[in-house]
Amino acid sequence: MANNYEAVIGLECHAQLLTNSKLFCSCSTRFGEAPNMNTCPVCLGLPGALPVLNRLAVSMAIKAGLGVNCRINPEAQWSRKNYFYPDLPKGYQITQYDRPLAQQGHIEISVDGVKKTVRINRIHMEEDAGKSLHEGFSDSSRNTHLDFNRSGVPLIEIVTEPDLRSSAEAYDYLSRLKEILEYLEVNDGNMEEGSLRCDANVSVRRAGEEKFGTRTELKNINSFRFVQKAIDYEVARQIDVIETGGRIVQETRLWNSEEERTVSMRSKEEAHDYRYFPDPDLPLLVVDNEWVETVRHSMPALPEERRRRLVQEYALSEYDAGVLTATRALSDFFEETVKRSGQPKTAANWIMGDLLRFYKENNVDTKDLSQSPVTPEMLADMIRLVENGTISGKIAKTVMEEMYKTGKPAQEIIEEKGLVQISNSGEIEKIVDKVLEDNAKPVEQYRAGKTGSFGFFVGQVMKATGGRANPQTVNDLLRKKLAG
Amino acid sequence: MNLRNITADKLVALYRNRDLTATEVIQGVFEEIERTDKDVRAFITLMRDRALEDARRVDAKIQAGETLEPLAGVPVAIKDNMAVRDVLTTCGSRILENYISPYTATAVERLRSAGAIVVGKTNMDEFAMGSSTENSGFFVTRNPHDLTRVPGGSSGGSAASVAAGMALVALGSDTGGSIRTPASFCGVVGVKPTYGRVSRYGLVAFASSLDQIGPLSKTVHEAAQILEVICGFDHYDSTSADTPVDEIVKGLDQPVKQIRIGVPKEYFVDGMDAEVKAKIQAAIRLYESLGCKIEEISLPHTEYAVATYYLIATAEASSNLARYDGVRYGLRQAANGGLQDMYRQTRMAGFGKEVKRRILLGTYALSSGYYDAYYLKALKVRTLVLRDFQKAFERVDVILTPTAPTVAFKIGEKTDDPLSMYLSDIFTITCNLAGLPGISVPCGKNSEGLPVGLQLIANHFQEGPLLQVAHQFEKAGGFLL
Repeated sequence: MANNYEAVIGLECHAQLLTNSKLFCSCSTRFGEAPNMNTCPVCLGLPGALPVLNRLAVSMAIKAGLGVNCRINPEAQWSRKNYFYPDLPKGYQITQYDRPLAQQGHIEISVDGVKKTVRINRIHMEEDAGKSLHEGFSDSSRNTHLDFNRSGVPLIEIVTEPDLRSSAEAYDYLSRLKEILEYLEVNDGNMEEGSLRCDANVSVRRAGEEKFGTRTELKNINSFRFVQKAIDYEVARQIDVIETGGRIVQETRLWNSEEERTVSMRSKEEAHDYRYFPDPDLPLLVVDNEWVETVRHSMPALPEERRRRLVQEYALSEYDAGVLTATRALSDFFEETVKRSGQPKTAANWIMGDLLRFYKENNVDTKDLSQSPVTPEMLADMIRLVENGTISGKIAKTVMEEMYKTGKPAQEIIEEKGLVQISNSGEIEKIVDKVLEDNAKPVEQYRAGKTGSFGFFVGQVMKATGGRANPQTVNDLLRKKLAG
Repeated sequence: MNLRNITADKLVALYRNRDLTATEVIQGVFEEIERTDKDVRAFITLMRDRALEDARRVDAKIQAGETLEPLAGVPVAIKDNMAVRDVLTTCGSRILENYISPYTATAVERLRSAGAIVVGKTNMDEFAMGSSTENSGFFVTRNPHDLTRVPGGSSGGSAASVAAGMALVALGSDTGGSIRTPASFCGVVGVKPTYGRVSRYGLVAFASSLDQIGPLSKTVHEAAQILEVICGFDHYDSTSADTPVDEIVKGLDQPVKQIRIGVPKEYFVDGMDAEVKAKIQAAIRLYESLGCKIEEISLPHTEYAVATYYLIATAEASSNLARYDGVRYGLRQAANGGLQDMYRQTRMAGFGKEVKRRILLGTYALSSGYYDAYYLKALKVRTLVLRDFQKAFERVDVILTPTAPTVAFKIGEKTDDPLSMYLSDIFTITCNLAGLPGISVPCGKNSEGLPVGLQLIANHFQEGPLLQVAHQFEKAGGFLL
């Protein structure tokens, strides 16, 4: 960016709530069904059908609101947003307009170690529209097909204040938001499938200027990667327009990911008049304190809070805490292992060193570890077996790999493979004696002062025991015997 | 068989005594419809096969000695803006000319569960917008008392079918008087229940915050029977009230002595038909003779009611009717200019003049820059109208007014003057704005033999006392005044 300009960015994110049924009818929200399978008179907008609110969706929206530190309003109002479009069955969308569910929240972001608070203006609930299918049918050259499976699926829209100053900040905000929504299990964070969508309001102003410049709204940013690219492009474009003596026009622009540029969709003058008004089919949404508190008590600790706890209580580094809280499932895995083993540092090392590598090699998404062959219980057991000397740390590496491969508990693997550590000094002594006997020459040299070969004797003993000998005992015995 | 001389309870009693079969009755009804409806034209769709099938089921029950439902074998007509599964539901509009509903409205379902037999769907002003049934997209229904006159509207087909003896009772819908005005013009009883009392699920919306389904019948007793069946909370309508439903029939015979009746001075306007005025005054005297206390009251915001109503109703309608776009069902006109052109051509061809006028009015009222001045202001006045009534109900139990300023007018008389048509609802729309229950009962006939209607209004959820007061008037011979 030209260094005498500053970007001003606000984001509007749509997140699909993870309910089983739609916002105003009992149709399933399942993704990938045959077109129009999940429909009924209500979500098809048939004459005479009426909406009935899914209160679970409201609970999820409250959860999201609390998750980003919003105030939950005691009353919210459903409004109609009127416009014509073939995939909008009623000719209006039911949404919240001047009385949204949640307001005045904030999210902490951090770019290059610099922390910053991004204010959330509001969160409101609304229903999704259907989907126009322009290709894939024999008559697609002439006709558009419509799929209403998505019609009526519950969404929340999270709107920030214009607090972001760079595409990197926007990216971090989006990452934090996605992480929070996933932690709360209200959204699956999938931008490619459209369950998390993002529009950006972008303007630029000269450094030191207080007034905001004219903004454009960027739509169709359907991937995480594109958020930064689209904003960078748009900021550069706006600066270029101003520098060449032009004026920014308030308009909606579409991000074209193939050409990597934004193109004008409609100007302010062409903007719809949505004629919002309160939906007479739905009563005020009353959210009493009890409802909010019930939701609050059902909430897990959020990533930021968990990271703090990992650093403060378990003395982990900021970096380790960040890795272990990347997903809710992973941090649950870690905390459960600690609870069972009482060894936070060791648990962290095993998870970060071995387990995450296995997951990566096997393409396991750490968002869902319910199918993980190694469970927190198994890992904790193994950590205990190392601690009480049943196996050595080195053997444990083999055991871990075997546990992941077979899903068997450590104890069983150790017994099957005879991996129990030999700590009996009489037994080890016999082997030490044998090794010294077989290597008379190196022993002589050692005693003559060439003590650098100590490791060689340790290696020979370990080799003879298949690595099972207690290393400390081996060291002690060898030192004693070699000393003569 | 003409149903003019029989009531629902008597008919069910005849079935019980095996003096009549439902099949005979339903067959008779369709013969009567064939004779009469070519002149009256109350029905858009007849459901002969299904009705006869239902009748055979009732007869089998009678044969088997099973207990009969309260409305077993009672022939009913349904206004064509209520969804009935696998049957045309046109709303009197070309745009839904071929629309067959895949589900049934709650109120109709409840009637059927109570044993009633639906004989057909009745004509109406398109999307219930009108006071004469002349705005039907298909044909004009005539008043059975004088075929040159309108039956009132918008539930004109339902009112005419009952008045002509082609159905025993009927369901209508009332947004600004659409049950009570045709009841008054056709000389039958019509009730608009409290808003939220009857589920709107399956009632095609005109103005959602004002619409309410209610019965049309020859007697108050039958209206009470129907109300007991159709009233009550419905999960599928979020605006339906979770308030217990009184036993209305039981209370009808309570005397009305000491009941306080308020007569609002604002409802006796200049230009009111002198004969109508005389009948209403006679009704007041009749109530006095029954021991009621008559009191003059004031509802000062009445003069703003019509303007308020036409802002709110049209605003809601402009949004409710957006779904008729030719995309998923109903009429679709061929167009060369792409999607926008298809919308334009379809809505231009599918909607009648009055519907277009109201969509335009409502769109304007909601537009940015006008919303506060029109729609929001109208909502505020609506609250004032409600307060007028609340204040009045501190002093009186029931409010008495004429139902309409005139008797049934001539077909074509007001079609070129929408404003004078709108004023036929001047006495009825306040009930809708305030969500109150109202009833129109026959109050004699004028010198030309045309029925006059008396309107009674009660407080929210007071259908019981309301119908009791109406029933006592009927019993004392009010319809002969």
